[in-house]
Amino acid sequence: MSRFRPPSIPPSQITDETVWKKRRRIMQAAGVLGAGVLLAGITEAGRGGGRKKEDDRLEPTPYRYITTYNNFYELGTGKREPAENAHYLTTRPWSIEVSGECEKPGTLDIEDLPRLFPTEERIYRFRCVEAWAMVVPWEGFPLSKLLKRFQPTSKAKYVEFRTLYDPERMPGQKRNVLPWPYVEGLRMDEAMHPLTLIATGLYGKPLPAQNGAPLRLVVPWKYGFKSIKSIVSIRFTEKQPRNTWHVLQPDEYGFYANVNPAVDHPRWSQKRERVLGSGIFADKQPTLPFNGYAEQVAGLYRGMDLRKYF
Amino acid sequence: MWVRFVKPSLFLLCLLPLARLLWGLYSGALQPNPVEALLHGTGDWTLRLLLVTLAITPLRRLTGWRRPVLWRRMLGLFSFFYAVLHFTIWLALDRELMWGLVLEDLSKRPYIMVGFAALLILLALAVTSNAFSMRRLGANWKRLHRLAYVAALLGVLHYWWLVKADVREPLIYLGVFAVLMGLRLPLKRWDG
Repeated sequence: MSRFRPPSIPPSQITDETVWKKRRRIMQAAGVLGAGVLLAGITEAGRGGGRKKEDDRLEPTPYRYITTYNNFYELGTGKREPAENAHYLTTRPWSIEVSGECEKPGTLDIEDLPRLFPTEERIYRFRCVEAWAMVVPWEGFPLSKLLKRFQPTSKAKYVEFRTLYDPERMPGQKRNVLPWPYVEGLRMDEAMHPLTLIATGLYGKPLPAQNGAPLRLVVPWKYGFKSIKSIVSIRFTEKQPRNTWHVLQPDEYGFYANVNPAVDHPRWSQKRERVLGSGIFADKQPTLPFNGYAEQVAGLYRGMDLRKYF
Repeated sequence: MWVRFVKPSLFLLCLLPLARLLWGLYSGALQPNPVEALLHGTGDWTLRLLLVTLAITPLRRLTGWRRPVLWRRMLGLFSFFYAVLHFTIWLALDRELMWGLVLEDLSKRPYIMVGFAALLILLALAVTSNAFSMRRLGANWKRLHRLAYVAALLGVLHYWWLVKADVREPLIYLGVFAVLMGLRLPLKRWDG
């Protein structure tokens, strides 16, 4: 029987979740300390101690929840559909075209990524615009490293990302639920921020298709829809990209989409969030400004009216 | 006679969605967001049972089959039962009995308002669903209970305005509702 399988790590090489968790605690102690010092240096307001304590409490959401409950309309609009339809999305071969306002436009092959950009683990909160939240241990590398390689010019004010368009591999695209392909964008300073990540894995394993394989954006202080999945194109632009949800419902979804408990979605409150995997009688938790990353990123928006630029 | 068993069987059948939700809660199948699953499950069945209830009169007119009329009240009350569960779960587990948030939702968010209006209609219909009320209200009873159509339409709107982009399911409910309405209008003229 010959069935195509994307090249993957043999099961024997995959770290068991319990071992991983133990290892994580050790690494976290070291990693968070390092990151704390680094970030405290980047943001003048950095009070490293607060962040460290804060981060220590982040308990990752179980792998099975992260991979079976999410939005990825290209694989179906239900929460479980992306996992059910994941097999349609083959991710090899895969390349990413980098173009626009840069000195060295070009193409990246997915096979070259590990060599060019060594990955590290980042445990981030994830907050969906629908008011549910989880904690994800991503594997990835800072987007800035990738962007610098293509030498953006002074005209590059924004970065625009596009998801693959291929209705055969993304059956959700056979219906016009959203204008395909999915487009997202960041301002240059947001894109270059050290917290902004290109994720290629989670829980120490390659990223599952339903979570945006083979590579996706992760912007932890913004609502999840900003973190575009299965990227095939990155373009430096002078004008602000027209991101998909904003195009569809401009009064409900902005370009910035920073997590903000003070600015409600017109149809629901953003003050509190449901933690995935908590029981039915568990309290929701209060949503934090910038999803808990205010110390690191609030400075990017100094002087901006966040009610206007939601 | 098999007919005697139909109503009790229907009664049990109407409890099945609830049993499934409770089982899912126990087995963990509703995880990782059980409150959302309970809300959606009870909401779906409120609407479905309401539409089944509204289908009984057109069914009789089309087929001449009268017996289902005997089950109509029970079906309607079950729709109300799921509506009450839906509302209670929303109030206690989703809004967490935070009255500020509840009032904000009820005053600011159209999809909540229409859902609440539909619930109030179903409440009025449920409390007047007994023989005593029928006698007391006389001809007005029928007029009052036509509001079931309004409740169904508000229920569909409630669903429609809640979804982000994929309106396929609310559209199916709207289609069923439109067919039921359509069947009523001309047929009414035919039977004089």
